[in-house]
Amino acid sequence: MLQQIEGSAAVAQAVATCRPEVIAAYPITPQTHIVEGLGDMVKRGLVGNCEFLNVESEFGAMSVCIGSSATGARTYTATSSQGMLFMMEAVYNASGMGLPIVMTVGNRAIGPPINIWNDWSDSMAARDAAWIQLFVEDNQQAADVHVQAFRLAEAVSLPVMVCMDGFILTHAYTRVDVPEQGQVDRFLPAFEPRQLLDPAAPITMGAMVGPEAFAEVRFLAHYKQLEALDLIPRHAAEFETIFGRDSGGLLKSFDAADKDTVVVSMGSVIGTLKSVLADMRQDGSSIGLLSIRSYRPFPKQQLSDALAKAKRVIVFEKCLAVGMGGILAADVRMALANLSIPIYSVIGGLGGRPITQENLRRMLDKGVQDQLEEPHFHDLNVEVVHRELERLRDIQRPGSSAESILRDIAGADAAARGSR
Amino acid sequence: MTQLPESEQRVKFYQTGTFTVGNRLLDEAQRSVQASVERANSLDSGHRACQGCGEALGARYVVDAALRAADDQLIAANATGCLEVFTTPYPESAWRLPWIHSLFGNAPAVGAGIAAALRARGREDVRVIAQGGDGGTTDIGMGCLSGVFERDDDVLYVCYNNQAYMNTGVQRSSQTPPAARTATTTIAGSAPGNGLNSGKSVPLIAMAHGIPYVATASVDDLHDLESKVVKAMGFRGARYLEVFVPCPLGWGSRPADTIKVARLATQSGMFPLIEAEYGELTAVTPIRDRRPVEDYLKLQRRFAHVFAPENVHQLEALREIAERNIRRFNLLPDEEASS
Repeated sequence: MLQQIEGSAAVAQAVATCRPEVIAAYPITPQTHIVEGLGDMVKRGLVGNCEFLNVESEFGAMSVCIGSSATGARTYTATSSQGMLFMMEAVYNASGMGLPIVMTVGNRAIGPPINIWNDWSDSMAARDAAWIQLFVEDNQQAADVHVQAFRLAEAVSLPVMVCMDGFILTHAYTRVDVPEQGQVDRFLPAFEPRQLLDPAAPITMGAMVGPEAFAEVRFLAHYKQLEALDLIPRHAAEFETIFGRDSGGLLKSFDAADKDTVVVSMGSVIGTLKSVLADMRQDGSSIGLLSIRSYRPFPKQQLSDALAKAKRVIVFEKCLAVGMGGILAADVRMALANLSIPIYSVIGGLGGRPITQENLRRMLDKGVQDQLEEPHFHDLNVEVVHRELERLRDIQRPGSSAESILRDIAGADAAARGSR
Repeated sequence: MTQLPESEQRVKFYQTGTFTVGNRLLDEAQRSVQASVERANSLDSGHRACQGCGEALGARYVVDAALRAADDQLIAANATGCLEVFTTPYPESAWRLPWIHSLFGNAPAVGAGIAAALRARGREDVRVIAQGGDGGTTDIGMGCLSGVFERDDDVLYVCYNNQAYMNTGVQRSSQTPPAARTATTTIAGSAPGNGLNSGKSVPLIAMAHGIPYVATASVDDLHDLESKVVKAMGFRGARYLEVFVPCPLGWGSRPADTIKVARLATQSGMFPLIEAEYGELTAVTPIRDRRPVEDYLKLQRRFAHVFAPENVHQLEALREIAERNIRRFNLLPDEEASS
C-alpha cells in the first residue's frame, strides 16, 4: 500500500509482514524508530505470536536472537554504530552457528569523537563477520529487501544485515509501497530451521572445533555466501514477479554500460549520484553509475563483467580503513584485477558530512580527467587540517584534535561573523 | 523462617561420622533422582572433567533433577567454561538433552531467547535451564544475568561456583575469597593472595531483583541440591541457583576430599545455604556441627600462606567472613537461643 511514511516505520511494517516470532530491542540512534514501531505493533496484537524483548544491551539483544533462532523462531533485531561493536562477539557467533537472524543496521559513524550521523563504519566493522550484508538505496528498497532478507537467510542458514543509511533513510519521509501481507506470504515460506533445539531430538550445538576441522567449517561459511550469490538475483526476480518492483539483487547498473568512466558506490548516495551523472552526461561526459547492493557476498564476477569496457572507475564510499584508504575500493580493485584501468578511491560523507550535487560534481570533474590523488578525501577542509598539524608540532601538550578542531572552526565562524 | 516444610519427612540423612547419604531411610517419593534407575544421566559418563570435579557432580544432579521436574522437556544453554569444554569434545557430547553453547558471557540471554521462542511457538511445556561457572555468570555474564532477572524471563539459571576462572588456568574472579591464591593473585609481596575487601554475593543481588526463587546449594548435600532444583522448577519466571563446587586443581585440594571440603565450607559458615522467594529470605540450613574455618582452609593449598604468623590478619579476615555469614543468616539458631 502506498504511504508517505518514515523509512523506519516502513521497515517496521515490512518486518511485521514477515511474521517474526522473536524481536530483541535495544535503543540506539538512528535505528530506534524501527524497534519502537515493531514494539507498538506487537503490543497491539498486529504481529501474531511474537515475543518482543526489551533487553539490557546489544550484546544481550544478539544473544537472545541466538537462543530464539536456535529454537526455531523467526528472529529479528536492529542496531547501529557503537551498538554493533558492543554486540560484535555475538554477531560472529550468530553467523558461525549458521542462525538465520535478520538485523537492520541504521548505518552510523563509530566514535570517538562521538558522532550519531551517517557513514558505514559500523557495517564495515562487521564486514568479515560472515553475515550477508545488503545495502539499500532508498526506503522502498529498505522495506522490500527486508522481506527478501528473511527468505535468503533461511534458505542458506546464515544471518543477514540490511544496511540502510542512518537519518538519510531511517528518518526520511518518502513515498513507500509497503509490502502487503498477502504478497509477502506468497514470497516468504514458513521458517524451516536446519538445526533445532528440541527435546524430541536432542542435539549439541556450539561444540569446540579444533585445528582438524576449523578450516573446513570456515570454508563452508564462505561456500554458503557463494550460494547466496546465486540466490540473491533469483529471489529479486521472484520478488519482482509478485510485487512488480525491482528491489534487491547483487548490483544495479544505471547507464554504466559502454561508458568511459563508471562511478561505483552503495546506499543512499546512489540517488544523488544519479542526478549529478545525468547532468554530466548532458554536458558530454561518458559517465555511468553502478550500485553494489550485495556487499557480502561481494559480486566480483558480475562487477567485472559490468565494468569490462570502462576506462576508469571511481569508487565513492562512506568509510575509511585508517592507514590504508578505501574499503569498498579495495574490494573493487580485487574484482577488477584483470582490467588494467585506473581505479580511484574517494572517501566522503564521514560522520554525516553532507554530500551535495555541487561537491560531487567538483570531485567528478577532476576524476574524469584523472586528477584525483590516492585516496581522495572528499570535501576535506585542508586548511583546518594544516592548522591542526602545526599546532600538534608547536605545542608541547596539544590535547585532543577533536576538541581543538571544533574550537578552530567556531573561531573561524566568529571571525567571519565579526567581519560582516 | 522455616527450616523444613511440614510435609517433608524429618530424617537425619547422614550416618554418624561419615558423609554417606542415608537415602534408604527415606520414603520412596523422597529418594533422590540419582537413586532411581530411571535417572536421565543427562550428563553422561566419558566426559573429560578432572578427578574429584565438583562441577561435574553438581551439574549432573542439577540437570537430571530439572529434567525429571520438566518431564524431560528441557533445553540447556551453557556458558563457555570448564563445564562446556569437558562435556563437548566433539564428535563426543556428554549431554543427553538439547544443549547449546554460544559465548562466555551470554548464557542467560541465550536462555531468555530460547524461552521467548518457546512462548512464541506455544511450547511452554518445554522448560529452559542456563548454566555457567562463576566467571561466566558473576563477572562477564552479569549484565545479561541481571537482564534475565529484571525481565523475569522463564529461565532457571544455575551458577556452579568454584571461585575462580578454572578453565583458563585458575585466575581470580569476583567469587575468589579473600587471601586465596590464584594465578593472578599470587603469593607474593606484603599482601599475598587475593585482596581482603573484595567480591560480591550474587544470590543477594538476585534477591534484590525480587525474582521468584533464589537458592544456594552445595555438592556436599546432593539431596538438598536436588530438592532445590525441583523447587526452582516449580516456579515460572527467573530463578537463580548457586551451587558450591570445589575444584581440586584450582584449590589445591585432594580429589578425594571434594565432598569433605564442600561440607567444611558449610559447616564453618564460609558458604551459607539459603533460600529466598520474591526477594525475601524463606529458609536457611542451620549448621549442625560447627567446625572451625581453619579445618576448611587447611585442606586447600590456595590458603596455605594464611597460616604463616605474618599473615594472621588474613586468617582473621576469613574467620570474620564466616562469623558474618552466621550472624546475617542465623546459621546457629540454637547457639543464639542459649546465649
